[in-house]
Amino acid sequence: MTDLTRLTSGPAEDVPRTLRAVEPTAFSGVFTREITLFRRVWLSTAFGSIVEPTINLLAFGFGLGALVSSVQGIPYIQFIGTGTVATAVLFSSVFAGMYDTYIKRTFRKTYDGILATPVDVPELLLAEGAWIAVKAGVFGMAPLLVAIIFGLPPSWGMLAIPFICFLTGLGFGFMGQWFSGIVPSIDSFTYVQSALITPLFVLAGIFFPLQGLPQWVQTSAQLNPLYHCVQLVRNAVFGWEPLNDLGHTLALIVFAAAMALLSIRALRAKLID
Amino acid sequence: MTSSPSHAPPLVDHQVLALRLRGVVKTFGDLRAVDGLDLDLRAGTCLGLLGPNGAGKSTTMRMLTGQAIPDSGEIEVLGFPVPQKSKQARARMGVVPQSENLDEELTVRQNLTVWATLLRVPRRHRVKAVADAMVAAQLVERADSKVQTLSGGMKRRLLIARALVHRPALVLLDEPTVGLDPQVRGDIWTLIDQLRSSGVSVLMSTHYIEEAERLCDDVAVVSHGKVIARGTPAELVGIHAGVEALEFFGPPVRLQRVEDTVAPLGFSTRRTGPSVSVLRAEALPQHVVDALGEGSRRAANLEDVFVLLTGERLAD
Ligand SMILES: Nc1ncnc2c1ncn2[C@@H]1O[C@H](COP(=O)(O)OP(=O)(O)O)[C@@H](O)[C@H]1O
Ligand SMILES: [Mg+2]
Repeated sequence: MTDLTRLTSGPAEDVPRTLRAVEPTAFSGVFTREITLFRRVWLSTAFGSIVEPTINLLAFGFGLGALVSSVQGIPYIQFIGTGTVATAVLFSSVFAGMYDTYIKRTFRKTYDGILATPVDVPELLLAEGAWIAVKAGVFGMAPLLVAIIFGLPPSWGMLAIPFICFLTGLGFGFMGQWFSGIVPSIDSFTYVQSALITPLFVLAGIFFPLQGLPQWVQTSAQLNPLYHCVQLVRNAVFGWEPLNDLGHTLALIVFAAAMALLSIRALRAKLID
Repeated sequence: MTSSPSHAPPLVDHQVLALRLRGVVKTFGDLRAVDGLDLDLRAGTCLGLLGPNGAGKSTTMRMLTGQAIPDSGEIEVLGFPVPQKSKQARARMGVVPQSENLDEELTVRQNLTVWATLLRVPRRHRVKAVADAMVAAQLVERADSKVQTLSGGMKRRLLIARALVHRPALVLLDEPTVGLDPQVRGDIWTLIDQLRSSGVSVLMSTHYIEEAERLCDDVAVVSHGKVIARGTPAELVGIHAGVEALEFFGPPVRLQRVEDTVAPLGFSTRRTGPSVSVLRAEALPQHVVDALGEGSRRAANLEDVFVLLTGERLAD
């Protein structure tokens, strides 16, 4: 065995006497851990996030596109192409929030380890949520690239799309975390998916415009964060509607903030006895 | 410092205390998992929490990192009141959890680097801190192996090294050798022993008597969330279990006869599998010893103390 004195000659230097509630250092520590882990799986994740929307795009774009040539003056394949950006964001964020958070908390005891370091519950969850959102920002672009290949003309507005995806991913990532803290077991996610995620997904205006549906459906869509994401993405591509887009953005900000608070509250109760 | 309400005298407290607990209570529903715990850990020493499963050892450890909030009582870790300033305390302590939670899909080096970041080792020192930790854990050759390919002993060494990467002033070890085979356990003991001799304060929980006797300067015997005795291992044995025990082997009837003989004389006995030990045997009258037949004398140990104090046995 070896000499430990090098390791143990005193407490760490550079540790401030007082530490703030949400510190960048703690946040970046957790964030860095996620990046390190992601370096092992990025290829398979990237593959899935490109192949899936491509299949969706081709199946709906060409399948339905044969019947419906254009929607609201937009060629159907471009309508779908912009809509599936939201699909990619939803699926990459809400499931990561639900399953990964649940597994790390219960089976792997990862959070017990991290919370024994100078990281508190809000920092842990905000950093993991931010990481989910960054991935959503990147992978949300995949369907758009596919749509460009299939004829969607590139535009400057598209540069806003990663940010729209980030903001949406943030809300859904926190929502997933929150669910992971309130479900009785991992099997319960099936119910969450059928009863909540699927309706959110279907009634977001991804595959068909909601204008044709009953008024109450159109009204309740205002409560669907994914609908706001879809609208913002389409407007970024086909032309901004400043006042509406401000509203959509605010809705997504409120959603992310509310979900972050709910997530922190639910998981603090589970993680701290 | 307030005086301890417990029946046992507090440990020496004229030095700096790395840990100070007073009247700490933690309940889960009706269960009092920790029930008025007083503890002092003198800086630079190793304190053992010795108790069976369910005694409240892990719950105590979790309260020291702010991962469980006590119902009442006072906790100071490295001078910081906890849970109020738990984060400052955590920045200066290393925690080795009871259940292993390494990142299996990362390499040894990556695990340590991630932890060095979480534990705020300044960026410019990180590479060296990780290298030093790998040397200490004897994992240099496995630096770039994924954790999932390591043996159980290597994982445990890595788990300990991970808690040392920021050169903590205090280390908490929750049952550091549970489930390891004796050879590997020896390696871990050496590691902990070096840690203590290098001036780090150590709080270690265990239900292995031998571990507490070998590594701890002081031992607090815990049962049902309370400290029922404390002192150096030698003091505890001397005060509570005397000098030696007389151990008899044989069929159950024989063991029963030994128990029936000494019980009326006020002597305690303890069964371990195929044997029974008569405790404080040095005080047995010679004619009783003769009547008992052939037995073997052995030195009294902490396990005897535990049985005498609680009537319970430690596992294993
Ligand atoms: N989160 C919890 N909820 C309910 N009971 C708990 C919880 N944690 C521990 N306990 C109970 O508290 C008691 C002490 O547990 P623990 O501190 O793990 O003991 P030890 O580490 O000494 O084996 C046990 O009876 C255990 O079942
Ligand atoms: Mg335990």
